[in-house]
Amino acid sequence: MSELKSSMTDSVMDALGDVKDPEIASVSILDLGMVHEVDVTDDRVRISVLPTFSGCPALHIIERDIKKAIENVEGITSAEVKFVFTPSWTTDRITPEGRERLKEFGISPPPANHVMGEPWEIDCPYCGSTYVTMENIFGPTACRSILYCKSCKNPFEAMKPVADMG
Amino acid sequence: MTQETLKPKEKKALIELLYQLADDDFLLAFRGSEWLGLAPHIEEDVAFSSISQDMMGHANLYYNLLENLEEGEADRIAHLRSPDLFRNAIILEEVNGPGTYLKEPDYDWAFTVVRNYFYAVHKHIRLDSLRHSSYEPLAEAARKIMTEQYYHLMHWEIWFKQLMTSTDEATLRMTAAIQKVWKDFGGVLTLGPYYEDIVKANFIDDENVMKKRWNNKIEAVLKEVGASYPGEPRMERGNGRNGVHTEDLKQATATLSEVYATNPATGW
Repeated sequence: MSELKSSMTDSVMDALGDVKDPEIASVSILDLGMVHEVDVTDDRVRISVLPTFSGCPALHIIERDIKKAIENVEGITSAEVKFVFTPSWTTDRITPEGRERLKEFGISPPPANHVMGEPWEIDCPYCGSTYVTMENIFGPTACRSILYCKSCKNPFEAMKPVADMG
Repeated sequence: MTQETLKPKEKKALIELLYQLADDDFLLAFRGSEWLGLAPHIEEDVAFSSISQDMMGHANLYYNLLENLEEGEADRIAHLRSPDLFRNAIILEEVNGPGTYLKEPDYDWAFTVVRNYFYAVHKHIRLDSLRHSSYEPLAEAARKIMTEQYYHLMHWEIWFKQLMTSTDEATLRMTAAIQKVWKDFGGVLTLGPYYEDIVKANFIDDENVMKKRWNNKIEAVLKEVGASYPGEPRMERGNGRNGVHTEDLKQATATLSEVYATNPATGW
């Protein structure tokens, strides 16, 4: 990779770090592990993105925001965004920073190595207590559940674990 | 197999299968969304609308696969087809009960639980087969859908088992709902007139194998909750895979497409 191309890719990645999940303001699409491949060729960028949940209404907004952010990078004139399903987005793609930022937003991050069908543990994002109850496995968006912390008496949300089913 | 390597006969069979998969999810998601604000309690309202949203997403994935096979734009496929071109099973288009969403909805929750649970069990079996489909884009979509559908199946199984073992009235209503759904659930379990070509191309397992898996599972669950297995489900009102449908489908598509049909160019 030439130095110029590499610095251009860095600028594009920086720009992607500013594209937030429209429904979780503190977390970027990089934090969530949604970005699969970024290809910079001259002044054009092609990026493939892994959708989190297939019916997520935020996908169109994310696509628009990515295009806008990348086309603002100096030296880039066009950006093409493609949603792909291989590899599948799974919750173990969320970065350690992403997990911290989810907590700041009041959302407990999913377990890193979940196996579908097995039980999983959820800690309160505010006080860290394990003394919690699940009110609803479904929540305000497709990817979240609703819980209550019996220790600090706060309601909170958790991201549903999603793992490959083989 | 990819789009480029499909033979004409295989492509025709694949398109038929995709319409079945898409329309099944599309119609049941619509019937589910009609419950918004009417579900038995607020947490169920949140859960059910989330499930319906996921299922609309699944239908959309399949419509996009159809778009890639030159069937037209996904939105147009969903909104502007005449009812005889739909391939969903008849039981999935049926109204939720008397009344409408806007006027005196007297919807039947037992019917909804039974229909959704039976469908979720079959959908899981179908996806488990589709993830090994010879048509790679379909296998990819199935693997994605499976991770979400896992939670739907769990949800409906809890409702089904709890209501079946609850009060006498609940058991009575659930038993009546099972009898009602049984009359037409055979329509979900069939792959329709292109069955042989669909199976020959290894797009999905043989319908008889999947039917057996479904029957075995449901028989075991019914036994667990103390109910009897009524024998193979039937297809009394005809086969939706042949384009045979009821007035309920017309009502569903007319309502669904009202905005889109007014001006397909408008973004909304």
